[in-house]
Amino acid sequence: MNVVKRILLAVALPLILFAGWYLLSAGSESFYSPPLEKILVAFGDTWSLDRLRADVAPSLLRLFAGYLLAALIGIGAGVAIGMNRRLRATVEPVLEFFRAIPPPVLVPVIMLFAGIGDAMKVIVIVFGCIWPILLNTVEGVRAVDGVVLETARSYGVNGVARITKVILPSAGPQIAAGLRQALSIAIILMVISEMFAASNGLGFTIVQFQRSFAIPEMWSGIILLGLLGFVLSLLFRLAERRALRWYEGLRAAQRQS
Amino acid sequence: MTSPRRGNPARSGSTALLGAAGLAGLLLVMELAPRLGLVDERYLPPASRIAAALAEEAGTPAFWTALTDTLIAWSAGLAIAVGAAVLAGIVIGSIPVLRSLTASTIEFLRPIPSVALIPLAVLMYGTDLGSTLLLVCYAAFWQVLVQVLYGVADVDPVAFETARSFRFSAWGRIRHVLWPTALPYVFTGVRLAASVALVLAITAELVIGSPGLGKEIAVAQASEAVPTMYALIVVTGVLGVIINLLARTGERRLLAWHQSVRGEVTA
Amino acid sequence: MLEVKGLRKVYRSGNREVEALRDLTFTVDNGELVCLVGPSGCGKTTLLRCVSGLLDPTAGDVRVDGKPVDGPPPGMAVVFQEYGRSLFPWMSVRDNVELPLKQKGVGRARRRQLVEQSLDAVGLTGTASAYPWQLSGGMQQRVAIARAVAYEPQTLLMDEPFAAVDAQTRADLEDLVRELWKRLGVTILFVTHDIDESVYLGQRVVMLSTSPTVVQEELAIDLPDQRDQLTTRADPRFIQLRTRVYEQIQAAKRNAVH
Repeated sequence: MNVVKRILLAVALPLILFAGWYLLSAGSESFYSPPLEKILVAFGDTWSLDRLRADVAPSLLRLFAGYLLAALIGIGAGVAIGMNRRLRATVEPVLEFFRAIPPPVLVPVIMLFAGIGDAMKVIVIVFGCIWPILLNTVEGVRAVDGVVLETARSYGVNGVARITKVILPSAGPQIAAGLRQALSIAIILMVISEMFAASNGLGFTIVQFQRSFAIPEMWSGIILLGLLGFVLSLLFRLAERRALRWYEGLRAAQRQS
Repeated sequence: MTSPRRGNPARSGSTALLGAAGLAGLLLVMELAPRLGLVDERYLPPASRIAAALAEEAGTPAFWTALTDTLIAWSAGLAIAVGAAVLAGIVIGSIPVLRSLTASTIEFLRPIPSVALIPLAVLMYGTDLGSTLLLVCYAAFWQVLVQVLYGVADVDPVAFETARSFRFSAWGRIRHVLWPTALPYVFTGVRLAASVALVLAITAELVIGSPGLGKEIAVAQASEAVPTMYALIVVTGVLGVIINLLARTGERRLLAWHQSVRGEVTA
Repeated sequence: MLEVKGLRKVYRSGNREVEALRDLTFTVDNGELVCLVGPSGCGKTTLLRCVSGLLDPTAGDVRVDGKPVDGPPPGMAVVFQEYGRSLFPWMSVRDNVELPLKQKGVGRARRRQLVEQSLDAVGLTGTASAYPWQLSGGMQQRVAIARAVAYEPQTLLMDEPFAAVDAQTRADLEDLVRELWKRLGVTILFVTHDIDESVYLGQRVVMLSTSPTVVQEELAIDLPDQRDQLTTRADPRFIQLRTRVYEQIQAAKRNAVH
């Protein structure tokens, strides 16, 4: 009963909104907001398997390449900076400045260096995503409990194990927060870099639709992009919950006491 | 045991010094790398030329108009988003049925990248301020809404029961119990939203071409005025830093009375 | 043998100096159980950190079997007061106990055996796959002791290990320490601020002055080797000894005022 009720509550509003949109737009003559029915038909027609392979797959590949690179560099550099107080004090203002630059303005800069190919888009994503990951890692590493570090030292946990078994897990929750921020930036930059200059990709295709006034198709692209954002954040949450199960448990235990 | 780590004037002095050294180092690298031919001067002009371009820009009224446009779009969008999100958050948060009814929808709508709305904004508003506002509002709205919902959920049930037993009106309960509890969360939401709003304002101007600093960057890029482009990017970065600092100190000032022990809910 | 000779530690911050330890000399023989007791804030923790090689002294030295300590020595294990922070919350009880062994290069089968034995020894059979934060405070400190025991140390340092557990758990854990000490034959240096605890546990009690710390007095505890919470604590000799320690600590505090 309880489960049924929860499922009902979860799907009720989406269904109402969807039905509302469908009904209200049914007879729509408006050029910009065509009937939902037409959009749905366009969705099926537009995003065929071929189209997905030709436009969505390259976008996603660039997204993952850039995101993973940013994560690797950001966490690596973040650990190094976080473990060294003087280095941290020296570079932190510079990093804060870089983080404060709205990432999309990097697109024209990186176009100068890397042209308009795949490399440019990946670099744009790396440059945009790296700051929240880096700064959160620095903060997480800095905040590792002194007792934890002394315990590790007195039991001979040094070198690689000190980083992989002690520092990284301890900074894990903070790093995850950075990775989560970076994911939404990555999606934004994937789209923007393709809107600027590309011959394929999701952002490119949607803008093409808009410019050629293929409105239902454009709407279908927006919906696809929305779905993509939703699915990626869902996947991230699942991965995060798995990796940080200990943290959730610890927090729950602390709240109880 | 107190660790001699924080609150030490000598240490914080040297921290500021090291930070200044870091910034100076960045400028030095940016000056020398192109001059020594490590990077192409056409792609990365020396820092001094960027500074000169910045000074030149600052002398033109067009720059100040663009800066004002960006700030107007930022502040108007942020204000609308905060107002709407606080209102929606309190209504949704204080009515349990609404809360469980909207949870899934909010979880679905929130991660939708705001840039997906760019084509729509262009069709609806062209290159007007409206385009920028739409994107800024959309992105900032969720940041605040989520925090307000956390805040309302944090209200102590005992406090609420007390207010009810004294026959507070609905408005009185909101005014005297719910709002004070939720306030710190609202501030956190506003701080997060302020940064996001700037990013989206500049992005919209850059991609759509609505008036503002972003558009100036696009123009500089198109006319291959590379130093000017870098100068404008530096301005956006400084703007971001200032907004960040103001939001953080503002939050700390306004909440000085509040023994805030809650962990920040990162959105 | 653990030797502490002329140990001095001065903290410097900016141009302010705080002398925590002035001049400390004492020894702990192999297989001995010595308690360090002193008034609160007397630099016990600083001393222990110097002995465990986590902190460099300003002057003097610490030697284990004649070798000077300049970093955590291999045959030494530490049980910290803050068990909640000293156990890694992202690892199960088993992994917490096993990690130092892995670092030491102990083989897989032997590791298994040591983890199992040490958890049995502290009365935690069957909790190996739990996370530390799923256990009570007393049980968490038992895990920390198991970790130290599994490390097979010659010397065990305990830094006010029971300061944060309730009185009944504390009595149980005190008996556990006595029992493990007798069974394993390790050298134990036990730091505490609890006078009764120091007399009940130790073969010898080293009393410290207030900071800047020197050794106030040493006292041999000539209680029978077989101790238990009821009879030992009611023993007239126990009461004499604890009074003696108490007086010394009070004297130390008074001297500090002048």
